[in-house]
Amino acid sequence: MTAIPMMDGLILGGVLFALGLGGLLLRRNLLFILISIEIMLNGTGVAFVAAGSRWGQPDGQVLFLFILAAAAAEVSVGLALLLRYFHQRQTLDADAMTKTNTRG
Amino acid sequence: MLRLLWLVPAIPFASALVLAVVRLPKRAIAWLGSCSIAASCAISLIVAFAFLGAPPAGGAYTQVLWTWFDVGGLRPQIALYLDPLSLIMMIVVAFVSFLIHVYSTEFMSGDDGYGRFFAYMNLFVASMLTLVLANNLLLLYLGWEGVGLCSYLLIGFWYRDPANGRAGRKAFIVTRVGDTAFIIGIFLLFHQLGTLEIQDLMRRATLQWHTGSAMAIAAAVLLLGGAVGKSAQLPLQTWLPDAMAGPTPVSALIHAATMVTAGVYLIARMHVLYALAPPAQFAVVVIGAATLLMAGFSALTQHDLKRILAYSTISQIGYMFLALGVGAWPAAIFHLMTHAFFKALLFLGAGIVIESLGGEHDIFRMGGLRKELPVAFWTFLIAGCSLAGLPLVTAGAFSKDWIIWGAYTAANGSIWLWISGLVGVLLTSLYIFRAIFVVFFGKQHSPVAHKPGYAMTVPCVILAIFSIGAGYMRGPFSDFLTAVLPWNPSAVHPAFSEIASEGIVAAVFFVGLYFAYVFFLRRRDYAAALAVSPAGRVLHRFWFSDWAMDWIYDRLFVQPVVWIAQIGKGDLVDGFFRFLAWLNKIAWRGLNRTQSGRLRWYAFAIAAGTIVYIAVVLFL
Amino acid sequence: MTEFLYYAFYVAGAIAVLATALAVTRRGAVHALLYLIVSLLAVAVAFYAMGAPLIAALEVIIYAGAIVVLFVFVVMMLNLGKEARDQERQWLAGRVWIGPVIFSAILLAEVIYFIVRGPAPGVMGGAVEPKQVGMALYGPYLLGVELSSMLLLGALVGATHLGRPPMGGGEARR
Repeated sequence: MTAIPMMDGLILGGVLFALGLGGLLLRRNLLFILISIEIMLNGTGVAFVAAGSRWGQPDGQVLFLFILAAAAAEVSVGLALLLRYFHQRQTLDADAMTKTNTRG
Repeated sequence: MLRLLWLVPAIPFASALVLAVVRLPKRAIAWLGSCSIAASCAISLIVAFAFLGAPPAGGAYTQVLWTWFDVGGLRPQIALYLDPLSLIMMIVVAFVSFLIHVYSTEFMSGDDGYGRFFAYMNLFVASMLTLVLANNLLLLYLGWEGVGLCSYLLIGFWYRDPANGRAGRKAFIVTRVGDTAFIIGIFLLFHQLGTLEIQDLMRRATLQWHTGSAMAIAAAVLLLGGAVGKSAQLPLQTWLPDAMAGPTPVSALIHAATMVTAGVYLIARMHVLYALAPPAQFAVVVIGAATLLMAGFSALTQHDLKRILAYSTISQIGYMFLALGVGAWPAAIFHLMTHAFFKALLFLGAGIVIESLGGEHDIFRMGGLRKELPVAFWTFLIAGCSLAGLPLVTAGAFSKDWIIWGAYTAANGSIWLWISGLVGVLLTSLYIFRAIFVVFFGKQHSPVAHKPGYAMTVPCVILAIFSIGAGYMRGPFSDFLTAVLPWNPSAVHPAFSEIASEGIVAAVFFVGLYFAYVFFLRRRDYAAALAVSPAGRVLHRFWFSDWAMDWIYDRLFVQPVVWIAQIGKGDLVDGFFRFLAWLNKIAWRGLNRTQSGRLRWYAFAIAAGTIVYIAVVLFL
Repeated sequence: MTEFLYYAFYVAGAIAVLATALAVTRRGAVHALLYLIVSLLAVAVAFYAMGAPLIAALEVIIYAGAIVVLFVFVVMMLNLGKEARDQERQWLAGRVWIGPVIFSAILLAEVIYFIVRGPAPGVMGGAVEPKQVGMALYGPYLLGVELSSMLLLGALVGATHLGRPPMGGGEARR
């Protein structure tokens, strides 16, 4: 009856987070940046769940639920903004959006 | 009768105040200015007779007026001390000042600042008399500073020309260097010996310090610094030639007869201290010998009449320092007295010449004046002979012979000093007869505008009489002074007698006279050829610029100070705060660049920050 | 069963890592999303193996089933074509890899070091039932639940507003 050490769970979460960070820094397309953010959030959640499971308590999962809710909220608004931006500028280049649009 | 002593400095001081505050008509100023000095002179003579007739106990008379202040053990008094040395100085100062004041009533008569002039002059005389009559070093320093102030005021008397202001400032600043050494010496003496009253000081010094102790040497050297500054000796002599920018009576009084001799008086007064510090006394000798030679060479090349006389003064005071250094104290004071007479006369004569030609200073533009200005010529000639040392007739010869003999035979004397004294005689003879021949003989280059009046000629005649007659007083003078200033002969037996020495000096005098005659009267072309030759040109420029000392001082001191001042002009302290502001600005600019608006740059920044923070937590 | 779960965890973990790495480096958006779905599913398996069945389910339902679907809809609406893929190829060339790789590597190294150096943390135990989670949610974490619902409300309002057509003739095509 071998149990998984918590360390491995945390490492899995860390790796996923690092990959997401790499993706965030690497990509120039806004869409991919948002995807990378999701990956990062996911990785964090893995770490939480692993910790909660180690202590046999539901707190880790509860926290993951909250993270999930936050990710959902963020992704919906983020994508709406992305669509608006695309309508306006016809591009998704993150380097192009250096100034906020001031009108009048 | 001795109780009248305090009036001697007080009367000129009071008249200076009056002249400074009250506007008087010109005649009143002239009368007040000269009569105050006349009164001072008369009272000094009365006091002198009282002193000689009934010498007070202990050979000295002290008159305490009041206590200046009393703080922490220092209790200087306003007190006047009369002994043979200060008696002689007082009479010389008062008498020569009186004659010069009479002279200036006519010399300065066309000037706007007439009242100002006499106020300054009277203040000067009051300070000088305070200096020589002071009982303690602090009061002496008061007089010292007073004469320095008046010197500055009078050099820059014609203040509208900035060059005069510069000359005055140069004089003040250079003597300030010496004055600072002097006051530090005073601090040292008070700290070590606990008193500043001169006689008490010297008593305690002999008790406390052995000969050659470090403290004695330090104090003596510091006081020497002050003397060197005030008396325009090496290395602080550069101010005196430029001080000729002042009116001629000023040059006569301050920079020939009285102020520049204050240094000599100081050393003579503190002779006990110098006896305790042989190295310091040796320094005096070296300074004296070097200065008299250097200034002699420089005087040979000048063409401004007053500058020739200025360098001559420096050289003659070098003789006095030489005498002080070898231990021939009475000889130094005797030469001081005769020098006051003939040098003042030389300047007054020069003043007559300059005024008569309408302000011309260059001797090569003068010439042939002996017929038109007879009084000036004869008195100048007598003074010049006295300066160079025409034997048997003139006072200068007696005093100079005494010094040169003392350079050989006195306690610290040597044959080399004797030889340098002789070379000095040769140079003196050369330069003064050069001046006489060029100014009074030959072809006349400038017309005489007006001739002097009695106020200017009579003092010259009186001084001429003294330039001749004072020499015969050597015997009684020596007896009078040796009570206070001993003469210690050296152990070495001299190789020749005093008469032989005097003969050699006389011979050198005539050699110099002959050469001056040849070069400057008979065959002017020889002199011209010498001046144009390559070696001659270099030497001429070198000696003309006072052995390049002005240039050296400019490079060494003036330019660095000005440079530092320029740096400080940017307000150094404020600079620190401006630096902080600049730092802020740089940081702002740097941080401003991080707000580029670029999304990915921010992402990078966040990632980097995260890494750094985790690292900090991990490793610290 | 636990043996199986033990190995399942590691296999699923490996698949998740691989799929994530592929997801972030694809040129086409749809490909990336597909790999992302694979990654999320693998993570769900990992969750189950770790003893969090509720979360495993929610991962699939919400994360892979709603959020990624949202992404897919957006990609559809953007209608990015071949030019987008070419542009991505251009943007992903050469030197841009250096910085991100280094940063991630350093971060990963630090995190692993952090995790590994402590005292042995222990093992993950058995499953935590959904019932427990529910009781925790409506017990001590009630406030959190309410706040999340407000957050979602805010997101709802925001997305609705932003989704409307642009005002006054629009800022489009300026």
